[in-house]
Amino acid sequence: MSEPILKVENLKTQFFTEEGTVRAVDGISFEVNEGELVGLVGESGAGKSVATSSIMRLVEDPGEIVGGTVTYKGKKIVDFEEGPDGELRRSPEMLSNEEMRKQIRGREIAIIFQDPMEALNPVFKVGAQLREFIEINRDVSSKRAKEIAVDMLREVGIPEPEKRYESYPHQFSGGMRQRVIIAMALACEPDLIIADEPTTALDVTVEGQILDLVEDLQQKYNTSFVWVTHDLGVVAEICDRVNVMYLGEIIEQADVDDLFHATRHPYTEALLNSIPRPDQSVDELNPIKGVMPEAINPPSGCRFHTRCPEARTVCKEVHPTYQDVSDPDESSHFVSCVKYEDVGYDDAESLDTEATDAFSGGLVEARGDGQ
Amino acid sequence: MNMSNATNRTDADESGPEQPEARVGLRYTLSQVKRDPTALAGLAVIAFMTLVAFIAFVDGVLFDFLSDFTFFANLGIEQYLLANTFWVNPVVDGTGQILRPPVYMTNQLYPDQPGTWAHPLGTDHRGRDVLIRLFYGTRIAITVGIVATGIAMVLGMLVGAVAGYYGGWIDDALMRGSETLYAIPFLILVIAFMTAFGRNLTFAMIGVGIATIPTFARLIRSRVLSVREEDYIEAARAAGVRDRDIILRHVIPNSFAPILVQATLQVGVNILIIAGLSFLGYGAQPPTPSWGQMLSNSRQYMLPNPWFSIWPGIAILITVVGFNLIGDGLRDALDPRINN
Repeated sequence: MSEPILKVENLKTQFFTEEGTVRAVDGISFEVNEGELVGLVGESGAGKSVATSSIMRLVEDPGEIVGGTVTYKGKKIVDFEEGPDGELRRSPEMLSNEEMRKQIRGREIAIIFQDPMEALNPVFKVGAQLREFIEINRDVSSKRAKEIAVDMLREVGIPEPEKRYESYPHQFSGGMRQRVIIAMALACEPDLIIADEPTTALDVTVEGQILDLVEDLQQKYNTSFVWVTHDLGVVAEICDRVNVMYLGEIIEQADVDDLFHATRHPYTEALLNSIPRPDQSVDELNPIKGVMPEAINPPSGCRFHTRCPEARTVCKEVHPTYQDVSDPDESSHFVSCVKYEDVGYDDAESLDTEATDAFSGGLVEARGDGQ
Repeated sequence: MNMSNATNRTDADESGPEQPEARVGLRYTLSQVKRDPTALAGLAVIAFMTLVAFIAFVDGVLFDFLSDFTFFANLGIEQYLLANTFWVNPVVDGTGQILRPPVYMTNQLYPDQPGTWAHPLGTDHRGRDVLIRLFYGTRIAITVGIVATGIAMVLGMLVGAVAGYYGGWIDDALMRGSETLYAIPFLILVIAFMTAFGRNLTFAMIGVGIATIPTFARLIRSRVLSVREEDYIEAARAAGVRDRDIILRHVIPNSFAPILVQATLQVGVNILIIAGLSFLGYGAQPPTPSWGQMLSNSRQYMLPNPWFSIWPGIAILITVVGFNLIGDGLRDALDPRINN
């Protein structure tokens, strides 16, 4: 296989707050090949959005990328080297902020944001905004940019694009705005689009239309995608490969079919079990017990052990290695769980956690008493 | 009650189903202002004053232009063309009786001779017609009010937007700097500025403009702090837009509403301030007519002819109230919480 266009290795982003250091992204690695749709899933607070803004180098104070490498088509978006005093410092190959802005953002990598209601500037006509982005990233005249903009609006299925070019964002519905935003991302002809929960704010029918649109356009332009979401249904629908994040770490990575049918990590398992089905009542829902711990002070050992139904004593002590556990007939399938390591999981005793004793109904009862 | 409901319905019908009326934008704001009678009154006052000021301004320009030609100079044209052409009474120092009362009124100096239509508002201590001087004084009041506010608004917006957008040490440096301006008593600051650079109207406007920068800087900064977190700013950054363009094209237009309100109110305040400066002798220099200077001159003649000080006071009052009314109207129109 050819070289991946985006390669993230051991990326670390931390937020330095008064309460302490939040390790929002703690050593994640993944790759995106040309024309591939890679999913990044996880609960709220898992570090998905921080991971994507780290790739764009848009992490804001007090956050800082503190380690790892992000390579895009051979260019080092993030790169650290060891200085003479042993401290990590930015390597000379790492792109400057100026180079990031001019060469990468918009031109090579574009972002689609979560909430289409918020991602368009309310005081500008959508056409003017679209044109601004095209002018910046494609070195074309203002007149040509307008033509491209109208073409893109037509491309993403907006009726009467010449007329809608002159409309303000508030005159569009949510789904239409998301189409405009997709047009904006595609208009600069990037090779990689990072979609940060682009359909979360839309209702299901519109979501379906947008997903179809993205699939069509993805095939037409052969753009790669990093698709951030917490919706496994969407993942199953469009992704080629999936990374599952928990508390700043990627804990499982596999082709989409393998992830759903040969799930390895208990967390992924639990996520899949927690998807509501139409034939279930609320009582039959099977959510993951507890809430994700604070990334400021992550649990020892495996970070998921506090909520893992399969947790054993060893999980508390050993931090699992992220390793390939694929069967011979499978493509790569990475997972980080002590179950697949030879550290004595089978002999260890079951750990008393919220999840392991949840079957006695403790959590639900306690919540009922509180009210 | 019924009537207003009916009006609302018609409006909704006219705007059509597919394009709901926006609750933002100039047209909406104006439509809100139109429903507010006090704001309309303010608008009328300002429109009138601006018209007067404009005519006076054209008059001045025309004189400058014509006086360059020997033909007109030989005709003996004088400043205040309009008044000198159409008004029988001279504006320049002169010949008339000093400190005449307004029409039908009397004062200490002329207990038996009520004022006449020749000088409807009376004359000043040099026998010049008060009405004509008020008329030409409008030019200065409106100009200084708007120019000084414009200077403060533009500079304040840049300072505040840059400070709010970048945060960190840039924020600290800019905002502490503008607070230093705040710490110095206002008039002393302006007078010191004029003493350093020049004692004329231009520097009065610049001085007042600079001294009011902090008002605007703080106001816009507080808005920018929330606007910069919006997704469309992030989207612009992710699309590789320069910081300069983000601030000018995305941040400032979205933070502009409170600035507009403040600016309208500030015009009124600045007219007062510059009238105050003129009163102290730091504004327009004689013989250029200005309201503050008229007030200042009238101080000594308060007893023989109190009318002389009342008229410029009323002119200042009406103008300032006009700007305040329109400012309040704009604030109501732009504040979504007050809108029904």
